[in-house]
Amino acid sequence: MTLLEADGLETIYGDPCGNCTAHTGDRAGTNQCPECGSVVACSDVSLDVESGEVLGIVGESGSGKSSVAELLALEASGDGHVDGEVSLDGHDGNLLDADYQTRHEIRTDEIGLVHQHIRDGLDLSFTGGGNVAEKLLAAGWRHFGDVRERVKELYAATEVPVERLDDPTDTYSGGMQRRVQIARALATDPEVIVLDEPTTGLDVSVQARVLDTFRQVQREQNVAAVVVSHDLSVVRLLADRTIVMRHGEVIETGLTDRIMEDPQEAYTQTLINSVI
Amino acid sequence: MTLLTVDSLDKTFDVHAMGDQRVVGLDGVSFTVAEGDFLAVVGESGSGKSSLLKCLYRTYEPDAGSITYHPTGDDLATCGDRTVMALRADEIGYASQFLDEIPRVPAVDVVARPLQEQGLAAEDAREQARELLGALDLPAQLWDAYPATFSGGERQRVNLAQAIAPKPRLLLLDEPTSALDPETRAAAIDLLATYLDEDTTVVGVFHNRDVVEQVADSVLELADAERVRHVSVAEYVGEVVA
Repeated sequence: MTLLEADGLETIYGDPCGNCTAHTGDRAGTNQCPECGSVVACSDVSLDVESGEVLGIVGESGSGKSSVAELLALEASGDGHVDGEVSLDGHDGNLLDADYQTRHEIRTDEIGLVHQHIRDGLDLSFTGGGNVAEKLLAAGWRHFGDVRERVKELYAATEVPVERLDDPTDTYSGGMQRRVQIARALATDPEVIVLDEPTTGLDVSVQARVLDTFRQVQREQNVAAVVVSHDLSVVRLLADRTIVMRHGEVIETGLTDRIMEDPQEAYTQTLINSVI
Repeated sequence: MTLLTVDSLDKTFDVHAMGDQRVVGLDGVSFTVAEGDFLAVVGESGSGKSSLLKCLYRTYEPDAGSITYHPTGDDLATCGDRTVMALRADEIGYASQFLDEIPRVPAVDVVARPLQEQGLAAEDAREQARELLGALDLPAQLWDAYPATFSGGERQRVNLAQAIAPKPRLLLLDEPTSALDPETRAAAIDLLATYLDEDTTVVGVFHNRDVVEQVADSVLELADAERVRHVSVAEYVGEVVA
């Protein structure tokens, strides 16, 4: 069953001249319009995610991965010119056009985003538990005991020591902060979560632990996920299917192991062969 | 009953970095596999054995031909990615030569995971995983350790145990005993014979002639990406003697 679907996603930064998408992309070899200088962050990106499925999005820096992630999570920055459609099972119409209240509710209850930069996702001066509880309060939880119980449950699931619950988040290690972010994203039992570069800034040993934790929770709760990463090994470990992006466009889509072992496009072959 | 019909399967690789050079992996390969059969795929290195297995699992996308999986009627060469995902979850297992697992998961949990995904309770799945690892002579003190630190032979045993654990209807094995010493290999062959029953059909790539003789019902021989012959194991072995 299709849960989340995107059709023709586009984000352009600058003052688009109308010909920007024709003059950019993989064929043009750039994502900056030669006529007006606008930057096409992503163009004509379509994808769908079924319930419980993990979709990977890979590509180098600037390929448009994070722009797609922001649109899917209904958290577009507001500076860009956005086009296209995002639809979620159970909701009518294009969610990119939905009013603020609807988008806010969906972000709270149904689509969780784990930001690339921890500071965008957590208030580090709050306690770790407070960061997670905030999400529950936004979703209408009112009983203090229930909230605390749920936060403890999420700490256990994401392997953050429960005894650190009331410590300020800036006293946590990077790996713990990332797991608190995942706990926060999972707090309201969303249908889908979007992870933007989940291993950024983490040591290799901590990366493995974060990925393992995420994969376990993802399978146990059967939550769908979109995992955005420049790191092929992250996507290889987590994703069922993978999309390869370059210069704002999707250039190849397929089963993750097929993309890794039998890449068809020249760029995908280069990308796979560049892994050290 | 036929389980798998492979018809005129072609696979070529376009290597863009080498001036769009084409490398032929499989050229018009056809054969059938009966239900419950154990088919050994043999041939020199580079003859296309692993390519064939990867096409059956759709890790490689075939260029032409068909692979009919009779229990569901799907053509594995052309069916959609979601169909492949569903078949991998319920019907078709694959073991590569090398263990490819997420770090920091103990060996016993690597093996137990597919069983849990089939619906077995966590502790029952672990119990069965321990039995399999024990049958493959993996020392008990390694069961709760992380395979990343294991030797090649130890990792291969974890890999094999994980692949056979859920008893898939079609099991694809890519040289599952290549890194094992003779004694451990004998244990592995024993386990294949005792743990798997007629409900599992196996297509396996093997280098070792003795292994083929012990496990296979029939033999598919490849050379230079083409089928040489598909014969019964008796005929394959008989010719060697003669």
